Amino acid sequence: MFRKILIANRGEIACRIAKSAKALGIKVVAVYSDADRDARHVQMADEAYRLGPPPVAESYLNVDALLKAAKHSGADAIHPGYGFLSENPEFVEAVEAAGLVFIGPPADAIRAMGLKDAAKALMEKSGVPVVPGYHGANQDAEFLKAESDKIGYPVLIKARAGGGGKGMRRVDAPADFVEALEGAQREGQSSFGDPRVLIEKYILSPRHIEVQVFCDGHGNAVHLFERDCSLQRRHQKVIEEAPAPGMTEEMRAAMGNAAVKAAQAVGYEGAGTVEFIVDGSDGLRADRFWFMEMNTRLQVEHPVTEAITGQDLVNWQFSVAAGGSLPKAQSDLSINGHSFEARIYAEDAEAGFLPATGTLKELKLPSRFARVDSGIRAGDTITPFYDPMIAKVITHGETREAALAKLALALEKSQAVGCTTNITFLHKLATHAGFMKGEMDTGLIDRELEKLTTAPTPTNHALALAALIELGFADAPAETASPWDTLTGWRQWSAAKQFAHLSWRGEPTEVSAGRHHDGSLTVSIEGTSFDLRILSNKGQHLRIDIDGTVITTDFFQSDTSLTLFMGENTWHFDLPDHLAEESHEGVSGNAISSPMPGQVRAVNCAAGDTVKEGETLIVTEAMKMEHSLTAPRDGIVAEVMAKAGDQVEEGAILLTLEEEDA
Amino acid sequence: MATLKSQIPTGSESFKHNREQHLQAMGLVRDASELALMGGGEGPRERHIARGKILPRERVARLIDPGSPFLEVGQFAAHSMYDGASPSAGIVTGVGRVNGIECMIVANDATVKGGTYYPLTVKKHLRAQEIAMENNLPCIYLVDSGGANLPQQDEVFPDRDHFGRIFFNQANMSARGIPQIAVVMGSCTAGGAYVPAMCDETIIVKEQGTIFLAGPPLVKAATGEVVSAEDLGGGDVHTRLSGVADHLARDDAHALALARQAVSNLNRRKPDQVKLQTPEDPLYDPEEILGVVPTDLKTPYDVREVIARVVDGSRFDEFKARYGTTLVTGFAHIHGMPVGIIANNGILFSEAALKGAHFVELCCQRKIPLVFLQNITGFMVGQKYEAGGIAKDGAKLVTAVACAKVPKITMLIGGSFGAGNYGMCGRAYSPRMLWTWPNSRISVMGGPQAAGVLATVRRDGIERKGGEWSTQDEAAFKQPIIDQFEEQGHPLYASARLWDDGIVDPRKTRDVLGLSLAATLNAPIEDTPFGVFRM
Repeated sequence: MFRKILIANRGEIACRIAKSAKALGIKVVAVYSDADRDARHVQMADEAYRLGPPPVAESYLNVDALLKAAKHSGADAIHPGYGFLSENPEFVEAVEAAGLVFIGPPADAIRAMGLKDAAKALMEKSGVPVVPGYHGANQDAEFLKAESDKIGYPVLIKARAGGGGKGMRRVDAPADFVEALEGAQREGQSSFGDPRVLIEKYILSPRHIEVQVFCDGHGNAVHLFERDCSLQRRHQKVIEEAPAPGMTEEMRAAMGNAAVKAAQAVGYEGAGTVEFIVDGSDGLRADRFWFMEMNTRLQVEHPVTEAITGQDLVNWQFSVAAGGSLPKAQSDLSINGHSFEARIYAEDAEAGFLPATGTLKELKLPSRFARVDSGIRAGDTITPFYDPMIAKVITHGETREAALAKLALALEKSQAVGCTTNITFLHKLATHAGFMKGEMDTGLIDRELEKLTTAPTPTNHALALAALIELGFADAPAETASPWDTLTGWRQWSAAKQFAHLSWRGEPTEVSAGRHHDGSLTVSIEGTSFDLRILSNKGQHLRIDIDGTVITTDFFQSDTSLTLFMGENTWHFDLPDHLAEESHEGVSGNAISSPMPGQVRAVNCAAGDTVKEGETLIVTEAMKMEHSLTAPRDGIVAEVMAKAGDQVEEGAILLTLEEEDA
Repeated sequence: MATLKSQIPTGSESFKHNREQHLQAMGLVRDASELALMGGGEGPRERHIARGKILPRERVARLIDPGSPFLEVGQFAAHSMYDGASPSAGIVTGVGRVNGIECMIVANDATVKGGTYYPLTVKKHLRAQEIAMENNLPCIYLVDSGGANLPQQDEVFPDRDHFGRIFFNQANMSARGIPQIAVVMGSCTAGGAYVPAMCDETIIVKEQGTIFLAGPPLVKAATGEVVSAEDLGGGDVHTRLSGVADHLARDDAHALALARQAVSNLNRRKPDQVKLQTPEDPLYDPEEILGVVPTDLKTPYDVREVIARVVDGSRFDEFKARYGTTLVTGFAHIHGMPVGIIANNGILFSEAALKGAHFVELCCQRKIPLVFLQNITGFMVGQKYEAGGIAKDGAKLVTAVACAKVPKITMLIGGSFGAGNYGMCGRAYSPRMLWTWPNSRISVMGGPQAAGVLATVRRDGIERKGGEWSTQDEAAFKQPIIDQFEEQGHPLYASARLWDDGIVDPRKTRDVLGLSLAATLNAPIEDTPFGVFRM
């Protein structure tokens, strides 16, 4: 077994690997970019080495720096995690050339699976089912129709050079084929200058089911059953589970065999995942799954397999990489219960899943009834440099219903402040009626997008609670608190009204609260009044009796904002900050500042230029999106403080205009 | 500590009767309070708001910390006076927390006669400053006033405790390190201009606040110069040119935020000078005070029933319980703060007065604040007691109370008559705060006693001349005197004249005492040198 390993990764997976390593007594070497100096994965390690500045090319993809760190630390092996260099055969070779062990498959296996078309051909040759289709050069209409008839309808005609749905036609019956083909060819010609097409079977209700495989260097290979990752959005997995709902033993055996065959065809070693597309339109059937690709690494969603098999896949990786045999034979493996994983991301589901950045002022993840894999702690910042995943929440139960109920509860109890997250979206998905019944396919999220991403407006109860918190009624008193602390909202004769000013998404609401002599309160919101009584306020938790109903909320409060966590809903309110407005006002008229951390792409003007209101002056790129910064008014550019390529902070002033004539 | 045990069944007829009587007395006060809170009434309030201004009590609410209590002082000032023209005397004063610091807030109510100063407005403003001075509380003035009420100028301008004293106090408080902050949210004319000018730090609302020694009409009359109020003394002029104000605010809300910011830069810390405990509710519900205390001042009851509903855990370590039993003395905590309580349980005899003086000395020695629960018809009279030296024993108590430098808070829970008022720390003995219950009565002696004295003198005169005075005539003679004492002894009459700091809902006694005590502890407790005790 290894004495010391270097983990060439960051975030939750680096932490996850370190945890297993430490449990086995293996010393852990972490690496970090400047942005991750104080990250959790660095803190967990026995020693850590700097790789370089934050951009991945200079840090986590910096092979030289990684090997230097490995050599300097005296590590025996390198675990690549997932992403970054995990499926880079040249890296594998460099690691091995340096005399270290790469904890993963051989370079050749990665190469063989990396070329998708060649891999498919290889699989077909090895007897692994692939999606029926014609990818050849013959473009004769008659020939293509014959191929389609062979495949069986419906089929999909795709422009070879196509993308974005252009040049794509679904054909349901042979009679429609020729017309559809002509349309696809025309569009291919006009959009891409290439009329050639390919034909594939159209899968009506596609599901993404993958099989975890493991091979050692002694010719042993097993599969650890399947995972269903059909809940996807733009090919990004959202919630994964194991086993797949509706899976039959017959199909499981067929898929498992096919997956093992696929791995063995490329001489695989270590952990791998063989992904299949499955036609679920008629239930799961053993003749309706087809190979798509093989991921030659440990997958993000590996914990669901760990949960149902009771195995630690990272331990398995260590064993195999150290030259050992697989810890278990196929006959020793069985499925126990059901497991789900949801990926909590810093992203704005309502705004088209735009990645979000920010410092997590508060982060509570429910480790009591879920496994939480995370590399992020409260106080950490989600930067634009890396994948904005915050955590994976994994639950396990005896049945699918039990595991899913736990997932919904775990998501309900997950709280993050300071950065927009997809927690509410995940909760809606976990409680989606169809998904709860196991009826899902890869198109579910897109079909139900609006329902899944629309946030409800705050209820009056939520507004009442928010007002009480803003007005200090939820402050837990100190042990020797003065009555000036404890007699919140106290007045002599009247229940004198106090006013809370809350704003939700720019919509201001005024809520009044008055305290009666017995400590009870009356709260009024736009003409509706509630009588209520505070039952308890412990830290960031408030429980009240409102018109006879007990309601509770967790909350997080800062000087300028307040976030309520009520059941599955999270509401974020802005509080008035009269002083902040002023400094903002002072700057905005004459200056352009960066709306978020990012890189300057282009500067379209220079000092002294006359510019028109609305004209794009600077383009920045953040989170893989370009942002145009426009002139706030007509004027003359006074100074440009940024040039293309600069990395800039949120709020950094990039350009100023000359003062307007008074 | 010893825990008090209530002897009163809460289901009894007398309990219910007492409660009804209290609620009735409180109803009058609540009505008066509602009137006071309306300020100048609907019309002026609407006009005020239409100018983009915030009403004075809401200004206060926005100035103080969210949820901070507001211990209003003098809410009933000028009640039923000046033909009802000046609710709360046109000024809102009280203690509230700003950025965690207890501050005295003085806010003009421009909806009441333009915020002009009636005699009681001046008295109230000065009382607020006095509280600030004695208790080391920063002052925040929300200025919106036309200055002296001209028809009443003889009662507001010339004397020592008139308008000029406001600025005298500002200068001397500033000298003692008590911050003075003004927010000019409206007019600040003539003498009023000195309020912001005398402050340490001043904020003015643009196109709304004005400061000038003479307004545009007077300037025109004096020099012929025609100038707008804004150009003469608006926010822009004073923050850019004159330096009379330091910060220019966009509007009321911004101005109040700037005032909070100013307080955050005061660098003040409350002295840590008494041993605090974890606050605890009384064992007995303060609500029951209304049932256990008879409103008829002639009906005796045990004042420990009140103490049990005021102090932490109803715990009371009585001092000299077996001696001078008409005065109850002992140690307790209110909202976690240690206090020495002195409470009447009947007429003051020599022993009770001596016991009281002893207890005051103890508290001063130990730097424990004193709370007086005052319900006193007076010292015992008669040959035996005069010969026993009740005058000199009473004087000992009065000396002790007068000299005591520990914070003193007086709660008038029943009668306040004659020299008893002095011995029990009446207004003249400068308690840091003095509060009163709706059922209380205050006068030099009881109405019937006064009528009796005057009737005796008159009967003697008539009979000396050989005349005769029928009992009907005597009754007719006495009734107006009784009525006059009843009217003038009523807490609303008293509070209107600022003989106290306000009328208290008896159920909130503990809270008012707690807030008052906590505010007084902002000033260091000094050593007490006592005067000569006549032995």
